[in-house]
Amino acid sequence: MGMTLGEKILARASGKIMVKPGEIITAKVDLCMTNDATTHLSIDIFEQKLKAEKVFDPQKVVLIIDHNVPAESAQTAEVHKKMRQFSQKHHLPFYEGAGICHQIMVEDFIVPGQLIVAADSHTCAYGGLGALGTGVGCTDFTSVLSTGELWLMVPETLKFDLEGNFKSGIYARDLILKIIGDIGANGANYKIMEFGGSAVKKLTLDDRIVLCNMAVEAGAKSGLIEPDEQVVDYVQAAGRQVRDLFKSDEDAVYEMIYRYTLDELEPMVAQPHFVDNVVPISKIGEVTIDQGFIGSCNNGRIEELRVAAQILKGQKIDPLVKLLISPASKRVFRQALDEGLIDIFVAGGAMVLNPNCSVCWGGCQGVIGEGETLISTGTRNFKGRAGHADSRVYLASAATVAASALTGKITDPRRFVR
Amino acid sequence: MGYTLTEKILMRNTGKSSLQAGEFLTVKVDRVMVHDLFAPFVIEKFREMDFAKVWAPDKIVFVYDHLVPTSYSEDSRHHKIADGFAAEQGIKAVHRSDGVCHQLMPELKYVIPGQVVFGTDSHTTTYGAVGALATGIGYTEMAAIFGAGELWIKVPPTLKFNINGNLPEGVFAKDLILRIIGDIGADGATYKAMEFGGTTIKGLSIASRMTLSNMAVEAGAKFGVIEPDEKTYEFSGIDGDYRNLRSDPDAGYEKVYAYEASALSPLVACPSNVDNIKGVEEMRGARIDQGFIGSCTNGRLEDLEIAARILKGRKIAPYTKLVVTPASRSIYAEAVRKGIIGILVEAGAIVNPPACGLCCGRSGGIVADGERVIAANNRNFLGRMGGPKSEIFLASPATVAASALEGKIVDPRIYFS
Amino acid sequence: MRKEFAGRVWRLGDDIDTDIIIPTQYLALETVEDMKKYVFNPLRPDLAELIRPGDIIVAGKNFGCGSSREQAAEILAALKLSCIIAKSYARIFYRNAFNNGLLLLENNELYDLCQEGDDLSVNLENRQVLLGERSFSVASVPDDLWQMLEAGGLVPLMRKRNAQ
Repeated sequence: MGMTLGEKILARASGKIMVKPGEIITAKVDLCMTNDATTHLSIDIFEQKLKAEKVFDPQKVVLIIDHNVPAESAQTAEVHKKMRQFSQKHHLPFYEGAGICHQIMVEDFIVPGQLIVAADSHTCAYGGLGALGTGVGCTDFTSVLSTGELWLMVPETLKFDLEGNFKSGIYARDLILKIIGDIGANGANYKIMEFGGSAVKKLTLDDRIVLCNMAVEAGAKSGLIEPDEQVVDYVQAAGRQVRDLFKSDEDAVYEMIYRYTLDELEPMVAQPHFVDNVVPISKIGEVTIDQGFIGSCNNGRIEELRVAAQILKGQKIDPLVKLLISPASKRVFRQALDEGLIDIFVAGGAMVLNPNCSVCWGGCQGVIGEGETLISTGTRNFKGRAGHADSRVYLASAATVAASALTGKITDPRRFVR
Repeated sequence: MGYTLTEKILMRNTGKSSLQAGEFLTVKVDRVMVHDLFAPFVIEKFREMDFAKVWAPDKIVFVYDHLVPTSYSEDSRHHKIADGFAAEQGIKAVHRSDGVCHQLMPELKYVIPGQVVFGTDSHTTTYGAVGALATGIGYTEMAAIFGAGELWIKVPPTLKFNINGNLPEGVFAKDLILRIIGDIGADGATYKAMEFGGTTIKGLSIASRMTLSNMAVEAGAKFGVIEPDEKTYEFSGIDGDYRNLRSDPDAGYEKVYAYEASALSPLVACPSNVDNIKGVEEMRGARIDQGFIGSCTNGRLEDLEIAARILKGRKIAPYTKLVVTPASRSIYAEAVRKGIIGILVEAGAIVNPPACGLCCGRSGGIVADGERVIAANNRNFLGRMGGPKSEIFLASPATVAASALEGKIVDPRIYFS
Repeated sequence: MRKEFAGRVWRLGDDIDTDIIIPTQYLALETVEDMKKYVFNPLRPDLAELIRPGDIIVAGKNFGCGSSREQAAEILAALKLSCIIAKSYARIFYRNAFNNGLLLLENNELYDLCQEGDDLSVNLENRQVLLGERSFSVASVPDDLWQMLEAGGLVPLMRKRNAQ
C-alpha cells in the first residue's frame, strides 16, 4: 500500500521505511522555531525544570520576535530580553523585527520534505513548500529543544482535490475559508489536509501557503501540498538545497477525498466569533467596519499587497475607518516599496506598519475597542482576539478588506477588481 | 525702548499700543490643537462648564497621534469620543492618522507667523519656529478657550539666544538646543520666552528651527520663538507684509546669551533629566539596546535623511533595535519616494506609521529593566520608555543612527568628513 | 478655602516631572479616580496608599516639569492635599494646579530643612509656614487665583459665569 506525502515525511523523520496512520513514532525534527508568544515559558522550563545545558543543535533552533513588535509594555520587553539572552548564550539564529516567524522560516529555512516543529499553531503553513510543519505547546517544544525529537501519532490524511481557476476577485483565501466553513473547526481534527488536484500546479507559492497556513483552523495537525518545480526554483534561488521531493503514491490511502471547483467560489467571510462561521459575501448584509487589516502569516505577502494596492490606487479610504497594513517580512516590505505599493497605501490614508503579527495577534498594534468591528486577513476571529471582549472580527481576503476600507462597510471586492 | 517679537505679537493680538513683561493680558486665540490622549478630558470639562457650542469650530484642530495605532483596547474610545464631538460641533479639521500634532500644525498651515496658538501638549512651543506664539495648556483651560475663545496670560520677559557661525559637520540643531538647556538648566527659562536668532538660525531649515522651539519647554519656557523670514513665509505659504514681526534692535531682553556655532559638538542628555548634558566623547562606548528616531522634535525628512545616510549599506548591531517613526504622512510618503524608508528597512530598522510612538512612552518600543535607549525625541524622564530601571539618553538623529549601528554610543562625526 | 491649616509632610526632590506624577501608561484610564493609585509610581510606588487628605508635599525646584498632562494636577487635587510647597514650579503645572483648586506655595529654604513626617502649620493671612519654632515666609496668592481656589477650580468658576 502506498503512502501519502505526510506519511513519507514522517517515515523519513523517524528512520522507518513505512508508517501508517495511528502508529506512534519518535521523529527527529529538521528544525524547530519559537516566537515571543511563549518562548519565555519554554526557557523557564528548559533552564529551571529540565536544567538542560545545551540545545540539541544550535543550527536547527530559530528564535523569532514577531508578535509584540515594537514592545508595548515592560513585561513584553522582559520576554524579549530573555529571548535575546537565550539566543546569545546558545548561539542560535535570532530575528527581531524582521517579520512574522512563518514568513521568515519560508524565506530563510524551509526545504521540501522537512519536519518542522514550532511553538505556534500556524506552523502548518510550510506545507506550501512540501514540508510538514506542526505546532506544539511550550512543554513539548522544550523537550524538542533539548532532544531534537518528538513523539507523535501518524495522522490520517484528508485529500482536497482542486480543479478549475479562480475567477477575478476570488483568491486562495476565499477557498480555504470555504473549506473550513464546510468541514467545520473540528473537521480535520488531528488529520493532515493535503491539497492536490489539477488546479494545484497553477497555484502560486503564496496561494499554497495561504491554504496550508489555515489548516489548523479546521483542527488539522498539518497542511501539505506536493512540491513541484515552483517550489524547487524558489528554494534554490534562496540558496538552499533540495533533498527530498516526496509525492503521495498513486495508491496512497486517504481517509476522505473532497472536491472543489475553484470557478464556483464567491468571496467568503468568516463571521464572529468562529473561523468556521463562514458565509459567502452576498449573505453578509450591511456591516459597518471600524478597522481593516491586511497582513499576517496568512495574507501579508506581496501578492496580497498587490491586490490591495490595485483596489486602493488613486482612492482614499473612508475617513472613519482605520486601515492597517503590515507586510509579512522585511523582504516583502522592500519589494512593496520597490513596486510603489507603499506609496499607494500612504496616499490612500492607510497606516503602514512594520512587519509583525500586528492586528491578527491583537496584542500591541491596532488593538480594537469596545463595540468595534474589524475585518481582517488574519487567521482567527475568536471573541476578544483583536482587543476588547465586546468587539467583532470578520475574516476575509485582502481584496475584500481593501474594498471595505473604501466604503466603510463589508464590500464585495469584485466591485473594484479589474 | 523697543519691543521683542513676543511683545509685538501680543500687541498685535490685543490691539494694545504698549505693554511690558509681567503684565496680565487676555489674548484672542487664533487656533487651538487638541490631541487624542486628552480630547475626552477637554470635552468633559467643556460640558461641565455648561458650554453648548465652541466659539469657532474652524479654529479647532483635532489630531490623533498619541494613541495611533492603538495599543490597548481602551485607546479607540478616545477617538470615538473626539469624532463624536467634532461631528456635533462642526469641527472639520480632524487628522486621524496623519502624524504628530506638532508636525501637522505648521506643516498643514494651521499656524502661521504672528498667531497666538495653544495646544493641550507641552511641545506646542514648536510653532514658535514659524514665528507664532504658541504654548501648552491643560485640558481645563482648553475647555475654557473652546467656550470663550480667549485666555489670560502674563507677558513673559524674553531671553535672547544669539547663535552665530556655522555648525560643524555632524553637529545639528538638536546638539545646539541640548547645549543651551544644559547651560541654563531645566528651569532656566521658566515663565520666559526664549528667542533664537543670529546667523546660524537664519541658516537653519524650518525643520531644524522646529527642533529648537520644540525643546524650549524643556528649559521651562513659555514660548520658543524665531523671527519669521523668507524661509518661513515660503513654508507657511503666505504673502503679505509681516515685516514688523521682528524684535526691535533696542528691544528689552532680560538676558542675552551668545553662542559660536563652530564651537559646538555632539551632545547627549543623560538619564534622567534633559539638562544632564555630557559630550558624546565622554559617553562614547556606553552600551545601548535601542535607538529611536522620530517625534515632533526630530522625526522630519532631514532627520530621516541623515539616518539613512549613515545606515545605507550597513546593518544595525546584533541584539540592538532601531525604532523609526516619521512625524507625518507626507514626510513618510516623501521618504518612501526618496528610497529612505527602503534603506532604513534594509538596515534592520523597525519603521512605524507616523505618530508619537515611543516618545510618549505608551507603546512603540518599551524596554526592559536594565536596558538603555538613545533617542532623538525630547524627554528622558525616569520610566518614560520602560520601568524605572531603564535609561534614556537624548541625542541628535545622527548620533542615534551611528549608535544603533554599533550598539553603543558613538560620535556621529566619523560619518561626516 | 481655609486660610489656616496644618499637615504632614511628604518630601520629594528636584525636577519632579509629570511622568513621575502619573506615567503615560495610565492616562487612558477612564477617570482620575482610576489613576490615583498610580501617583508617583516610578519613584515612590508606596505613596499612593500612604497619602491622606490634608497632607502637604514639600519639594525642590521645578516641581511639575515636563508634559502638560493636567491629570498630574487633578490627581494631586483629588488626593485632597492641603497644598504643595516647592522651591519653584514649572509653568504649565502651576496653572493646571490652580485650575483644579490645588494651592501652590513657594519657599526656597523649607525643603532643605524639613523631613518627611514633619508637621507644618500654614497661615495664609500672615503668609507664614511654621516648622516647629522656625517660620518661613511665602508670597501671597494673587486675588484671581485665590478666587479660583475658593470656587474649587476653573470649571466651577466658568459654570458660575455661564449661569449669569
